[in-house]
Amino acid sequence: MFKHLLLAIDGSDHSMRAAEKAVNLASLQDNSKIELLYVVAGNKSKSDVLQYGDSDAASLKRKEMLVPFVEKIEQAGVEYDTTILHGSSGAAESIIEHANKGAYDALVIGSRGLGTVQTMVLGSVSHKVMKHVKAPVLMVK
Amino acid sequence: MINIEKMKKEWFGNVKGDTLSGIVVALALIPEAIAFSIIAGVDPMVGLYAAFCIAVVIAFIGGRPGMISGATGAMALLMITLVADHGLEYLLAATILTGIIQLLFGVFKLASFMKFVPRSVMIGFVNALAILIFTSQLQHFVGETWVMYALVALTLAIIYILPRFSKAVPSTLVAIIVVTGLAITMNFGVRTVGDMGALTQALPVFALPNIPLNFETLLIIFPYSLALAIVGLLESLLTASIVDDMTDTDSNKNKESRGQGIANMVTGCFGGMAGCAMIGQSVINVKSGGSGRLSSLVAGVFLMFLIIVLGGVVVQIPLAALAGVMIMVSIGTFDWSSLRNIHKFPRTDSAVMVVTVGTVVYTHDLAKGVLAGVVLSAIFFAWKVSKVRVENWLNDTGDVRTYEIHGQLFFASVTDFLDQVDYEENVRKIILDISNAHLWDDSAIGAIDKIEHKLQQRGVKFEIKGMNQESSELMNRIGGLSRASGH
Repeated sequence: MFKHLLLAIDGSDHSMRAAEKAVNLASLQDNSKIELLYVVAGNKSKSDVLQYGDSDAASLKRKEMLVPFVEKIEQAGVEYDTTILHGSSGAAESIIEHANKGAYDALVIGSRGLGTVQTMVLGSVSHKVMKHVKAPVLMVK
Repeated sequence: MINIEKMKKEWFGNVKGDTLSGIVVALALIPEAIAFSIIAGVDPMVGLYAAFCIAVVIAFIGGRPGMISGATGAMALLMITLVADHGLEYLLAATILTGIIQLLFGVFKLASFMKFVPRSVMIGFVNALAILIFTSQLQHFVGETWVMYALVALTLAIIYILPRFSKAVPSTLVAIIVVTGLAITMNFGVRTVGDMGALTQALPVFALPNIPLNFETLLIIFPYSLALAIVGLLESLLTASIVDDMTDTDSNKNKESRGQGIANMVTGCFGGMAGCAMIGQSVINVKSGGSGRLSSLVAGVFLMFLIIVLGGVVVQIPLAALAGVMIMVSIGTFDWSSLRNIHKFPRTDSAVMVVTVGTVVYTHDLAKGVLAGVVLSAIFFAWKVSKVRVENWLNDTGDVRTYEIHGQLFFASVTDFLDQVDYEENVRKIILDISNAHLWDDSAIGAIDKIEHKLQQRGVKFEIKGMNQESSELMNRIGGLSRASGH
């Protein structure tokens, strides 16, 4: 049923909880797989390069950020791979495009992430993703 | 063969994306190039020619495909006094000299020197730039009626709200068209681009600056050129890194430095002001799907085409619309995440950033701000590494004391270290464990010699433990010398 999951994360606590649920879901059956997706939106590139010096350093920091997520999946013995998308106009658009391009049984995403505006009720990214992703979406609160 | 393949890919690997994004960038470049000319105090054509020349030249010889260069705020802000005191011809000469300096920078592969500019200085740099672009717009509001404020507000509203509904057309362009249309039809009588200088609907022509070629001229333009060269490279290499990150590819920073140099030399010869890479436009380009050299070429050529065809309309753009665009540029340039995270940075980094911003805002000179930031960082760094931690203990029999040193031993830290050694203690032997320390210079070796000398006088045995290879090589070289010469 839910064998091939796309897990979109941004490094926030919400996305960590989403990762837990994704692992639970994937553990329900054998040979399931999780694809870990992280999007570096355009403006994130600018602030990351400013903060970490150059693109290589920024990439390294992102890999470090992914480590706890990868460990969580590994511990459960679930197969996984990671995808980092660059240069998009927005995180939501990239997630939607990527999700609709591949054959995923479900997308798992945190209800809101690191974005500070528009987080009153529902993150803007999760909101757009809910609306436009064709696969079932598991939004974790 | 490999080179031809690579060139083909850089030029024609993404024709559709590059062409479309180039057009988007050209549309967004026009108001900025005009506004930056106004900041610098020159005719709008000077900025437009610069945008055209630089974008086209960089398309061919830049080191970072997909990056957009042109007339920029950072450079315009540095020229204000030169233009005001000496006029346009000196600016053109300074532009050519800027190019020569940047070319030399690239030829001698000095791009790696940029690593001496700490990240907190770079953050301060972009934030200061944002503040200066914003404050440079305030003069347009002096003595204006509510109409000006309303038009600026309308411009900003369109720029920020339109993308929520459609991203097909750049919202800045729509804002400018709407506000210009309003101003023309309603006959508000607000000041327009035409009031700031003439717009010639012609291609730029080659002409060397009309200035006396003597030492005095050089003395006038050199300080400006040096500042322009440094600031231009700083922003260009930063932008190149951002584009590297956005496209997940690498780029040749020295080639980019040479390219920026040649682009500025060409621009100066064609009546354009000095420029550099543009962070905002490059981000727009990549977001709009551009990634190859073609995008920069299309942006430059299409911009010139628009000016030649639509010059008559462009002069009617109200300053209010440009001020709105500039406020947007300033908001987009500012690194807001640095404000959010300022409490997370080490306090010294925050201090460096604030001093960089403060110096720029006070002197209106980005180069001075960077210099102040670099100097302050160097002082903080020396202060931090000069803190040496010394642990010491007696052995079980109570006749051997060991000093274990952690840190860097060099001129700034030796006094601190020497103060912590007790020469008068009644022990048989003193061991200096420097396995966690590094000896850097003459002063460090001198300090160790001094301890040895003092202990010898008192007949205490002395032993050094755990010297790393570099330190011992230095010791052999300098230590040998100083001992031989009787120090």
